[in-house]
Amino acid sequence: MSTFALDQIQAQLPQALVQRYEDRTGAPWGVVGRESMALVAQLLKQKLGFRLFLSMDAVDRLQLAPEEQHPRFEVLYFFRNLERGEHLRLKVRVDDGEEIPSIAKIYQGAAWAERFVWDFYGVVFSGGEKRRMLMYEEFVGHALRKDYPLRGRQGLIPERPLEDLYRGPGTNGADE
Amino acid sequence: MASFDDYDPTPREDELEAHLQTRNMVINLGPSHPATHGTVRLRLELDGETIIKMDTEVGFLHRGFQKSCENVTWTQCLPYTDRLDYVAPLQNNFGFLTAVETLIGLEIPERAKFIRVIGAELHRIFSHLTTAGALALELGGFSAFLYAIEARELITDRITELTGARLTTSYGRIGGLNRDLPSGWAEKVEKTLTKIAELAGEVDALLSRNRIFTDRTRGTGVISKDDALDFGFTGPCLRACGVDYDVRKAKPYWAYDQLDFQVPLGNNGDNFDRYFLRVLEIRESMKLIRQAFEKMPEGPVLIDDWRVALPPKEKVYGSIEGVIAHFKLVMEGVPVPPGELWHSTESANGELGWYLRSDGSGRPYKVHVRAPGFQLLSGIARMCEGRMLADLVPTFDTINMIGGEVEQ
Repeated sequence: MSTFALDQIQAQLPQALVQRYEDRTGAPWGVVGRESMALVAQLLKQKLGFRLFLSMDAVDRLQLAPEEQHPRFEVLYFFRNLERGEHLRLKVRVDDGEEIPSIAKIYQGAAWAERFVWDFYGVVFSGGEKRRMLMYEEFVGHALRKDYPLRGRQGLIPERPLEDLYRGPGTNGADE
Repeated sequence: MASFDDYDPTPREDELEAHLQTRNMVINLGPSHPATHGTVRLRLELDGETIIKMDTEVGFLHRGFQKSCENVTWTQCLPYTDRLDYVAPLQNNFGFLTAVETLIGLEIPERAKFIRVIGAELHRIFSHLTTAGALALELGGFSAFLYAIEARELITDRITELTGARLTTSYGRIGGLNRDLPSGWAEKVEKTLTKIAELAGEVDALLSRNRIFTDRTRGTGVISKDDALDFGFTGPCLRACGVDYDVRKAKPYWAYDQLDFQVPLGNNGDNFDRYFLRVLEIRESMKLIRQAFEKMPEGPVLIDDWRVALPPKEKVYGSIEGVIAHFKLVMEGVPVPPGELWHSTESANGELGWYLRSDGSGRPYKVHVRAPGFQLLSGIARMCEGRMLADLVPTFDTINMIGGEVEQ
């Protein structure tokens, strides 16, 4: 698979690219230094022709193998160059509390994606909007972090107990 | 005092030019509004009938898709993917399965690839008919909506025969499909396609040259090519701007490289182009389905590897290897080796991308879905700001926002 974009980033912003590797399918990945993400995005859009913003998300590495746990979060970026037919996979590794420069000014589609990442992982984008995307404003915490419990419900209205869920209707002799 | 008959209702020139002191008004459209479908709250700041600012609030259908997937086995994620784009569930099923198979490094049987093409294309027609019908409905054309829904229900019947469910299909398994086509199904689909072509032709005839319809859709909801790329538009909405990008052509998967089809392109990026591209794509999808039936080989639909696919029932009950394989698959899940990948397929709304991460435990460590509708909806404010309130309705329809996939 083509490594044009990663080669160009390495040549034009040598300090930005921290690591390169290939995944199981042979697709190239690049790890970008936290501070350089905005510069890299600018280079991608203006010089390298990666005009289609595809997607962003993050991974909480809390429960991976011990050597992979630090820094805690991996923020993923996916772009596409339509002329060259090349997908670009980038990631930025940050710890809790560290900020990544927002790329929402460069790729407008990233505005919502950054809000999503903040909402679910609590990774802050400096210069971006810190507003919840899918969860409600009253929600406390970040739901997709691995230490957030699966059934950590925060209902806004009191919920009825579910003890009788499997018993079906009727009193089942409880009152008699 | 002038009598009633003397009153001239024609306004004077200076009356028309008079500057009225008005304040901007903020209104809420939704979360549940008769002129839009899906649960989304649009907070609009209006100056008269012009939208000054638009804020889209989503999340009312959030079900914790990713969190749920991280806590079940890979196979058990499949029912959750039905509920993403519930107007084209087979495309989600097959897209997810193909991503997992690529991560494992599996090659599925040739027949399964063709059946996946048929299922996905049936649901592309299904989704496009819904979009065209709902657009007509919300612009006041009720009969076109009924024709579209009649055609759509025919597909639902065929899907029910194939998968056993109308919408929550959960069809396909890692390594192929859980069952082959029912007998006589191909002939039924052929009849259905003929009927759909007729009904879609009615919809086309009722709308595409209809003066009211074209006035409402031509030149409204325009987005430039650069903005569309910037916001991450894919699928018919991007192709309406004249950008030739279709994952089926750019990175052929399943059997698309063996089939002959065109990718229609628009050039104005307005509501009409987005609607009309869907009409054209319905015809291409029908071509694809007919070709797939012709070229489909006989053979198995599931790989014969008991580490990944469930063994046949007689082997489960009749041999110790079968029991063990069945037990391990059900209790521990499909052993996906540690690793990560990005994989995408073309769904009805655009590029449906998956980032999967496995830590080798039998359950996904991370399932990211790139829902095409999420990026489309993030761009709707750009398409509506500075335009009339009435244009919001067709714009909202043609981007075909599906709450299930946007809000995960």
